Amino acid sequence: MSAAAISSNTILNLPDQRTAAMPKRHYINNEDGMLSWLLTGDHKRIAMLYLFSITFFFFIGGAFAGLIRLELLTPQPDLVASDTYNKFFTMHGIIMIFLFLVPSVPATLGNFLIPIMIGAKDLAFPKINLLSWYLYLVGGTLTLAALVLGGVDTGWTFTTPLSTHYLNTHVITAASAIFVAGFASIFTGLNFIVTIHRMRAPGMTWFRLPLFVWSNYAASILMVLGTPVLAIAIVLVALERLIGIGVFDPTKGGDPLLFQHLFWFYSHPAVYIMILPGMGVISEVISTFSRKRVFGYTAVAFSSVAIAVFGFFVWAHHMFIMGVSNYSALVFSLLTMLVAVPSAIKIFNWAFTLQKGSITFETPMIYAFGFMGLFTIGGLTGVFLGALGMDIHLTETYFIVAHFHYVMVGGMLMAFLAGIHFWWPKMTGRMYSEPLSKLAAVVSFIGFNLTFMPQFILGYLGMPRRYHAYPPEFQVLNVLSTAGATVLGVGFTLPLLYLAWSLKYGEIAGNNPWQATGLEWQIQSPPLTENFTEVPVIDYEAYDYEWLERKHANEVTTVG
Amino acid sequence: MHISPVLWQFLTKWLANSALFPPEASTVAPWADALYFFLVGMTLVGLLLVSVLVFGFSIRYRKSVHPVATQIEGSTLLEATWTIIPLAIFLVTFVWGALLYFRIYNPPANSMNIYVVGKQWMWKAEHPGGQHEINALHVPIGRPVQLTMISQDVFHSFSIPDFRVKREVIPGRYSTVWFEATQAGTYHIFCTQYCGTKHSGMIGEVTAMTPEDYDKWTQESTSGTSLAQNGERLFASMECTACHNGTAAARGPSLAGVYGSKLTLTNGQQVVVNDAYLRDAILNPSLHVTAGFAPIMPTYQGQISEDGLIDLVEYIKTLNSNYRVQQTLGTSQSDLAAPTTPGMVKP
Repeated sequence: MSAAAISSNTILNLPDQRTAAMPKRHYINNEDGMLSWLLTGDHKRIAMLYLFSITFFFFIGGAFAGLIRLELLTPQPDLVASDTYNKFFTMHGIIMIFLFLVPSVPATLGNFLIPIMIGAKDLAFPKINLLSWYLYLVGGTLTLAALVLGGVDTGWTFTTPLSTHYLNTHVITAASAIFVAGFASIFTGLNFIVTIHRMRAPGMTWFRLPLFVWSNYAASILMVLGTPVLAIAIVLVALERLIGIGVFDPTKGGDPLLFQHLFWFYSHPAVYIMILPGMGVISEVISTFSRKRVFGYTAVAFSSVAIAVFGFFVWAHHMFIMGVSNYSALVFSLLTMLVAVPSAIKIFNWAFTLQKGSITFETPMIYAFGFMGLFTIGGLTGVFLGALGMDIHLTETYFIVAHFHYVMVGGMLMAFLAGIHFWWPKMTGRMYSEPLSKLAAVVSFIGFNLTFMPQFILGYLGMPRRYHAYPPEFQVLNVLSTAGATVLGVGFTLPLLYLAWSLKYGEIAGNNPWQATGLEWQIQSPPLTENFTEVPVIDYEAYDYEWLERKHANEVTTVG
Repeated sequence: MHISPVLWQFLTKWLANSALFPPEASTVAPWADALYFFLVGMTLVGLLLVSVLVFGFSIRYRKSVHPVATQIEGSTLLEATWTIIPLAIFLVTFVWGALLYFRIYNPPANSMNIYVVGKQWMWKAEHPGGQHEINALHVPIGRPVQLTMISQDVFHSFSIPDFRVKREVIPGRYSTVWFEATQAGTYHIFCTQYCGTKHSGMIGEVTAMTPEDYDKWTQESTSGTSLAQNGERLFASMECTACHNGTAAARGPSLAGVYGSKLTLTNGQQVVVNDAYLRDAILNPSLHVTAGFAPIMPTYQGQISEDGLIDLVEYIKTLNSNYRVQQTLGTSQSDLAAPTTPGMVKP
């Protein structure tokens, strides 16, 4: 053990850099050549392929966000034409949701870690896993095609009859993109479910699974059951547009609200597809940096499942003002209140995990704290929108924009970054710069609040979302928001730079730089292609730090 | 030490012109704001609690002062506490929100009715007395106003933030919203549902006026014919009278007094005749055949605009005897009829 281990304010424990070396053989250098990556069945390589692809799309989506904020700097529609602005927010939404948020944690961290965490060599269906990445790429390419051909301006919600009868843009191309990318998500979910059920190592019982696995399992159920409904809705939109089947057309006896039902039946659970895996990351990070088992493991595990189950029965809360019956509004409002409870349970369980811990504040922990604050705001402002009468005034305004960005960016993206920083040494074998990464976390947190806090106020003042021009009295808050977006842009670009830098110049991380208990930390970094040299036998509970200490003591004795 | 002049101007402009809270200009606004403040309070308390726990534990149990963690499995009591208390708060919110919802969406019986037609990208308001407005709406204060709204094309949403009301305006069906303005003034109308290119141009102003000013305005702005009179002309010109004339030999049901009544259809279904029913019955008559009559009425889908349908509905509302219908037979003398007062809705 090096001197770092006895430091009083960090658990980071890197091997002696003078003697340390990367392992001779690992999944990255196991095979060479482009083809070995493009035809790989290795879940870790596919995870890296996904990581590069979603990062690419994240920055494209982010560029659109920047353009939106730039246009909104002034009340007049002066930067671009209205149609162009409408294309900006449509592309921002489609790219960020379908090409970044939905695959973000599951397809990268989940893909990389789930087999290792349960002690398996790979996912159950490695070829389907690769297929899902290709489907994702086809979806991404179609999205880019829609963009290059001239864009699409339906909004990511594809509201009928606007999308079916009133627009001449590339709706079909964008719809096919989402349709295809949806299958990538279904296959990932399917793969996870089968893997978690069938491929756990001996001794890895359900209640010894890391909470990251539980939350990805819950999200997988949502992916597998929800996404087909979106696919159906999208196909119906395409058919209505191409041959006018009339399902959503009132003049042909169709019902325009039916599309809303179908669309939100997926798109509300999709929120949980995005946030649940992020919650899994937070459980791992908080436990590791407070050296404690997650408080109330069972409650946290089951709250993920509860969110997944309740998540399917709240979709009509997107339609309270659309003339759904009073009774249905009541039921959906009540269920919405219920789905908020498991999230509250998680927040308190994480907070109490800190109690009597031995807490250190490395970068992943800073992101996790950011997540807790922002997700609390995001979650509680969701209660505003779930309350029927309040929703009337708030829905379709900037309040809702701020709310879901607090959940999706403040929650999900912070969790994703926490996870990337946490597992980066495992994935690449190298450490990034700690001071720079802490700076990036703090800058993102400040930038985020500056961007979206003013939007809550704008929303209560009544500023509608998706407005190209707005009354001049809303300008000051919009200027603040744009200023915040600039800071946020810096906060998100920094990790790209120092993480890329670390790939070549970062310090050698060693097997277990954070002294974490997960199975993934007990093997070399980066792992072997086959993950484990022999099938691991699990004889300890998740987050058992005493077990880890005994193991270390053993190693020392053995070596000695 | 001096602040740059641009920044200084910006700050003064902000302080002078920027509201952080919308005016309360309707009777429901204070009710909505009460719930809002309760929820803001809940959020602040929740955030404070989480922050105190996170920062408190972080300071108290940081590694340098607490080098060895004490393992705790969990605590059923604590976990029950933070399940039940949030649940209770959320349930209170649910009930409060539901009460507010019914307050905002259930109109009082004595509201006056104004029709609103939304189309890309404008709002047309039609007052029963024959006042037509585009992207504007004049209403009296101190009197409940119900809007019966429909879209001619895509989804729109009619929002008046200062009144805290909003409702989706949907193609093919009427939706309603009501409010009672409390302060004279002008307020924004926004379309809040994304509706295509000029979505952000689909805005207007609602002018709330004292009853005296409002009466003056209705006198000065009327087009001369009420909606019902327009409807009467349409009724005659489309030859509705050929069947709906109330005579013993008529092939269609009598329309006198039909509005608000209960009908039995040929399929045995019982319906209450309201605006939505009348509109549907004109557009899809074969689905709405009154018991005892043959399904011979042709569809008027695509032949009458939403405005025309509103006129017809208004006309049928005013029919209280067949004498009026028979007068309509072959007439274009409806101008002689006295203009109806703007807008009483039957309960």
